[in-house]
Amino acid sequence: MSAAVILAEGVEKWFGAAHVLKGCSLSVSRGEVVVICGPSGSGKSTFIKCMNGLEPFQRGRILVEGVSVGEPATDLPKLRARIGMVFQHFELYPHKSVIENITLAPMHVLKRSRGEAEDGARALLRRVGLADKDRAFPSELSGGQQQRVAIARALAMEPVAMLFDEPTSALDPEMISEVLDVIGQLAAEGMTMVVVTHEMGFARAAADRVAFMDAGRVLEDRPTAEFFENPEAGRSKMFLSKILRH
Amino acid sequence: MQYNWNWGVLFQEPYYGWLLSGLRWTVLVTLGAWTIALMLGTAVGIARTWPNRAVRTLGAAYVEIFRNVPVLLQLFLWFYVLPELVPDGLGRWLKRDLPLPEFWTAVLCLGFYAASRVAEQVRSGIEALSRGQLQAALASGLTLPQAYRLVLLPIGFRLIVPPLTSEFLSIVRTSSVALTIGLLELTAQSRQIENYTFQGFESFAAATALYFGIALAATLLMHLIERRTAIAGMVGKGSLGGV
Repeated sequence: MSAAVILAEGVEKWFGAAHVLKGCSLSVSRGEVVVICGPSGSGKSTFIKCMNGLEPFQRGRILVEGVSVGEPATDLPKLRARIGMVFQHFELYPHKSVIENITLAPMHVLKRSRGEAEDGARALLRRVGLADKDRAFPSELSGGQQQRVAIARALAMEPVAMLFDEPTSALDPEMISEVLDVIGQLAAEGMTMVVVTHEMGFARAAADRVAFMDAGRVLEDRPTAEFFENPEAGRSKMFLSKILRH
Repeated sequence: MQYNWNWGVLFQEPYYGWLLSGLRWTVLVTLGAWTIALMLGTAVGIARTWPNRAVRTLGAAYVEIFRNVPVLLQLFLWFYVLPELVPDGLGRWLKRDLPLPEFWTAVLCLGFYAASRVAEQVRSGIEALSRGQLQAALASGLTLPQAYRLVLLPIGFRLIVPPLTSEFLSIVRTSSVALTIGLLELTAQSRQIENYTFQGFESFAAATALYFGIALAATLLMHLIERRTAIAGMVGKGSLGGV
């Protein structure tokens, strides 16, 4: 197995007095798709946001391509530029058109020319099926379309890995599949990714491994087939039986 | 009441000239103070929302000091006390050589005061955005200053155009306190006309109309700016599209 793109070891985090991550570890190798699932409030989103330093943590360490995220000397913008992130609520910039949303970071972080950045953005919009929406504003798009733009925006930085924080939780049911299709396609192309999601169908189809979190701990971290067929921890059995019933 | 109306006095020299000169000083003080208020207020407003606690505290201290001391008192402090507190050379320069001392003192005083109020508007504009906007900007590799410049401020400023209009108009009105340090702005000139001609109703009515005219012009201009910069689907009220 090649060196991990993302390696988290014993990450602990407190929000004030609340101990929200209690020694979380996870290793993501190049090309691997890891799904993190678990009940609300289990710390999944917080954990994934620690991976690119959006959330500080107090103990343990996280290495991205060997660079320590928590180290004060680390150039976080540089590190983040190599890790794409997609949020639950899309977080497109409302004052910028679709194409400007996508070209902003390539132009200001990678110092690409506008023309070059726009060419790349158009190619990505075709890839997510929104070639005709380049001049639209976020508010003019459906939730599913906004999330696909957000994925294109993250891909525009040509990341080595992608983090998805509940990418379909804020979507109407009929739009979930259009977003999952794009993410699944990325997975099939070999993108390294960590996906926090409740979509167990997606996990079964696309994930190499599934990690189950509850109350700030990673209770289980196993190959997808094993996880679904024979979950070890009692807590994940219960979770699966509830979530798979419908 | 026996009162001899004479509106014609407003159009006679030298009174006509006095009014225009007063209007000119009021406009100049307001524009000067507004320039300082926008720049300094933006900086302090950013400081109020900066992740670093020490920076936030500094911003908060600025706002509390300049917002809570009466403007008139601040004006006296700038004009009478500051020259005594600074090193001798600078104090002498302030008292003796500074050209137009009433004007520049009024500009600085009103600018620093209004900056504290603009800062609070800027802060509220930034805080109206979801935390996710900043996270998205940072996650894409932008530095914190870039995230403010390219994402938070452009959206935040659009949200606060209406309250900023009020702040601007507030400076127009407050600039009249400058007469207490001898700046012959609009209110001072209208009082002077009253003193010379006893036509107080006419002169104060003229000042009122001119203040009103400035307010109207400013409101129209800001309204235009608001419409030009409006974001599709974002009708003020801090509702970010899709969230």
